[in-house]
Amino acid sequence: MANADCVVIQGSNMAECHPVGFQWVSEAKARGARVIHIDPRFTRTSAIADTHVPVRAGTDVVLLGAIINHVLSNDLYFHDYVVAYTNAATLVNEDFVDTEDLDGVFSGYDPRTGTYDNASWAYEARADTDGEIQEPAGDDEPESRTRARAAGQELGSYGAPLEHARVVRDETLQHPRTVFQILKRHYRRYTPQMVRDVCGIPEEQFYEVARAITDNSGRERTTCFAYALGWTQHSLGAQFIRAAAILQLLMGNMGRPGGGIMALRGHASIQGSTDIPTLFNLLPGYLPMPVAGEHDTLEDYLSQIASPLQKGFWTESPAYTASLLKAWFGDAATPDNDFCFDYLPRLTGAHGTYQTTMAMLDGEVEGYFVVGQNPAVGSAHARMQRLALGHLKWLVVRDLQLIETATFWKDSPEIATGEVRTEDIQTEVFFLPAATHVEKSGTFTQTQRMLQWRHQAVRPPGEAQSELDFFYELGRRMRDKLAGSTDERDRPLLDLTWDYPQDEHGEVDGEAVLREINGSHLTGEKAGELLSSFTQMRADGSTSGGCWIYTGVFAGGVNRSANRVPRHEQDEVAAQWGWAWPMNRRILYNRASADPQGRPWSERKKYVWWDEEAGRWVGKDVPDFPVDRDPSFRPAPDDGGPAALAGDDPFIMQADGKGWLFAPKGMVDGPLPTHYEAQESPVDNPLYAQQRNPSRLIFPRKDNLWSPSGEEPGSDVYPYVFTTYRLTEHHTAGGMSRWLPYLSELQPEMFCEVSPELAQEVGLENGGWATIISARSAIEARVLVTDRVRPLTIAGRTLHQIGLPYHWGIGRDAVVEGDSANDLLGVVLDPNVHIQESKVASCDIRPGRRPRGEELLRLVSEYQSRAGTTAATAHERVDEVPPEMARRRAAAGAPGETGSTSATADTEGTG
Amino acid sequence: MARKDSTFLGWPVLRQLATGDLLGRGASVTSRRTREVTPRTSTSDRVVQSVCPYCAVGCGQKVFVKDEKVVQIEGDPDSPVSRGRLCPKGAASEQLVNSPSRQTHVLYRPPGGTQWQRLDRDTAIDMIAERYLESRRNTWQELDSKGRRVRRTMGIASLGGATLDNEENYLMKKLYTASGAIQIENQARI
Repeated sequence: MANADCVVIQGSNMAECHPVGFQWVSEAKARGARVIHIDPRFTRTSAIADTHVPVRAGTDVVLLGAIINHVLSNDLYFHDYVVAYTNAATLVNEDFVDTEDLDGVFSGYDPRTGTYDNASWAYEARADTDGEIQEPAGDDEPESRTRARAAGQELGSYGAPLEHARVVRDETLQHPRTVFQILKRHYRRYTPQMVRDVCGIPEEQFYEVARAITDNSGRERTTCFAYALGWTQHSLGAQFIRAAAILQLLMGNMGRPGGGIMALRGHASIQGSTDIPTLFNLLPGYLPMPVAGEHDTLEDYLSQIASPLQKGFWTESPAYTASLLKAWFGDAATPDNDFCFDYLPRLTGAHGTYQTTMAMLDGEVEGYFVVGQNPAVGSAHARMQRLALGHLKWLVVRDLQLIETATFWKDSPEIATGEVRTEDIQTEVFFLPAATHVEKSGTFTQTQRMLQWRHQAVRPPGEAQSELDFFYELGRRMRDKLAGSTDERDRPLLDLTWDYPQDEHGEVDGEAVLREINGSHLTGEKAGELLSSFTQMRADGSTSGGCWIYTGVFAGGVNRSANRVPRHEQDEVAAQWGWAWPMNRRILYNRASADPQGRPWSERKKYVWWDEEAGRWVGKDVPDFPVDRDPSFRPAPDDGGPAALAGDDPFIMQADGKGWLFAPKGMVDGPLPTHYEAQESPVDNPLYAQQRNPSRLIFPRKDNLWSPSGEEPGSDVYPYVFTTYRLTEHHTAGGMSRWLPYLSELQPEMFCEVSPELAQEVGLENGGWATIISARSAIEARVLVTDRVRPLTIAGRTLHQIGLPYHWGIGRDAVVEGDSANDLLGVVLDPNVHIQESKVASCDIRPGRRPRGEELLRLVSEYQSRAGTTAATAHERVDEVPPEMARRRAAAGAPGETGSTSATADTEGTG
Repeated sequence: MARKDSTFLGWPVLRQLATGDLLGRGASVTSRRTREVTPRTSTSDRVVQSVCPYCAVGCGQKVFVKDEKVVQIEGDPDSPVSRGRLCPKGAASEQLVNSPSRQTHVLYRPPGGTQWQRLDRDTAIDMIAERYLESRRNTWQELDSKGRRVRRTMGIASLGGATLDNEENYLMKKLYTASGAIQIENQARI
């Protein structure tokens, strides 16, 4: 980021939430960069920025779409980059119909299931091949299945599969079905006036932002975007990020120093928790968890990850999968038994954390492990979380302190309201003390994919223990108890490789686990040697490796995550500090930092380039490209995999080697970002009849009510917008901060931020109390009246936004306690990644403390009945359109809907 | 010094003149206590390199240990990520380790119970292993409602925080998957 000429921070309060990382923004500014902060609130980040742009929460696609439109209409894009490195020139097939023509839905939509069949979004097939592009085997299933697997998350590090890369391109960008022209038409109505009316941003400020980006992009200059949960926690969050990706590709800012889109991740190893996932839909290295009926055999499974004829490194997934299964099941995994692929349990839908919570309420879940997490405070609809805990048979909480999730049975607010009684809660609770980061050794993967080894400083106190030791011990005992079992279902546990060396205190050697993750040669003369690269992995069972993208971290038997060459002893790339996946590359897709001929775009932005004499890619970083591939190389038509990458295909994990402006696959809610209003919004969608994302995941239940939106009767009962956020001095649900005296003293009390105008309107006093009421619950907070929150003018009307930090919870054990902002939220999810919308919702606010006991429930239900909200409110998938439009939609709808094929929906388990 | 401090010779102005610290910003204005203390960082037995456990920036930490106790945690100036800096949370992480309210014993609350009870760790892990296997038996699904093989349990779930080490996540995913538990989630989804 220090190398950027312009930094746009949107959907993040970086100075507050990533204060030390923010020094690189300050550094960029000191070197002359322009810093722009786009956020509903004026924050510590805005204070450092050159410009703060207040925006209505949840409208980012309108702003970004308008900048895209501005760039396209005025020919301000980076032409040579766009033509060579993106799919701008690629033609989309004739069946595709845009939201502009269907009033807010794309072709392929099935209103019964709320899902898309994406067949009509496909690229046009080249006529010189066999005629039509074949989909990867088995992918003729309706998209609903993909959705149920959280497809977007699954495709976390790569593009969706294509059968091959024989596409039709028009590099003049003039053909009406080129991605470029489709993009132009799609964003035609996203204008500065629309930005003014929807986002509340004055036109001159829009032009200021647009100019800053366009002036600071191109050969000589780069612009960088940074976002955090202000973008992800929306019912179309993944599309916010896609919109930024489109803009950055158009401006030529990907794969170059000072460019890119920085996902500012919020936890020490949240990147690692996705790479080596404790997520329902993934196996390590972004391999999918198998799905019943789709992945019955290893062959079915592999054929759906990638086609052998597409470009890039995903074609090697058979080697990654076999190596993973060898790492897990050892000698039991052989080529003859598909490496025990049958041992893996199968998914039948979405089994995410919110679906699981609802399954608990329905009595389907007996046991629950909560490990370093505090859902009773930290998850959306925290009240639903606490009630669900009371339906378990047993609960294991592992933490440093007695967090609210551990004490829910005696401290939860539902006991105060009389809804539940401690004596009636039949959950058996085990609290086990955990080890801190200095009491165990291991790796965190930070926000730029870098693994850093932590050395153990001291042993854990008392009975405290690391997760590594606990789960190793748990597994050991379960295996002991099952020893001798002849039940076939116990084979996977008994065949598991589960013998890790322990030290004299019985602590498991973390390096032994990291070595298993890295992988080894199992046969031949190198048997026993650690792999140095994932390209050494084989599909025949001769290698093992627990997470292919991490292969190389232990190359040569050296723990490279422990590399610590001081910064003064190396250059700015600092390749000898820690280890970044893959293969210690610090900027992904860095081939794009050179022009199609392999020369740096400019001396100023020189990073990786083709050395003609040496016949190699060289530069400041590990080239993210086959190192000896000549820029002029063109593959044979039938080549697949890495061999099919042309010398100017920098996006090596994409199935066609290009950056995707238009996503023919991989996004379940549309190939292009489109503006929809949030689940709860005070305004009607001015762009389309479709109010909300028609593919968002909804849960129509009596305990998950919403306020009416826009012009619907009752929406004025909850007239204000609130957004939730973090503070520097606290950490998420407070488990690691509200028990610390220093931090609790710095930020002792839950508060709400309101503008002086709103304070006057409802009679709030600075330092006094306010009660905030949503359709789910009511909480109290201290009032902070501040100019940091400004009323916006939306389509001529004044709109007030309220800011709420979410760190507090009710429990007697912490140094400080308070009401939890997450109690106000309901559950509605982004369909791509299943993340909840917690950055925007509707509420009312009034002076004074909230009522206690049953009175609290009465207040909430009095509001609900005044607004007339029911379980059906805001749970419509599609909004009404005139008959003529309905006919057009049906004609372009999902095949199942028009009766042309036999596609059936399979949404089992999606709630 | 002690004798001097208690007489007029210890008066600040005289001390300033006597020591050459004319502006009174140096040794002449330090108290006896200040003179007698030394930073914990200089008397520690060892210094261990670590990484801050809060946000994902990955700031380098130096952990100072004396008598097998963490006595101080500071930013690591060698780190190209953080250049020695820590935010208030990272700077308070010594309290995270040495917090007086930190739990170091296993606690148990039986069904319907109103109080925590003590339980030794060995017994607790054994009880959890028993319950795990029992719930797995109770809720095992070999086939789903459509007759497709799923070999799993929907009766056991997990939610992890994102301060887990990669190695820990790896063992958890491996064990859960082999046992047939699939509702395995993480802060990364929240």
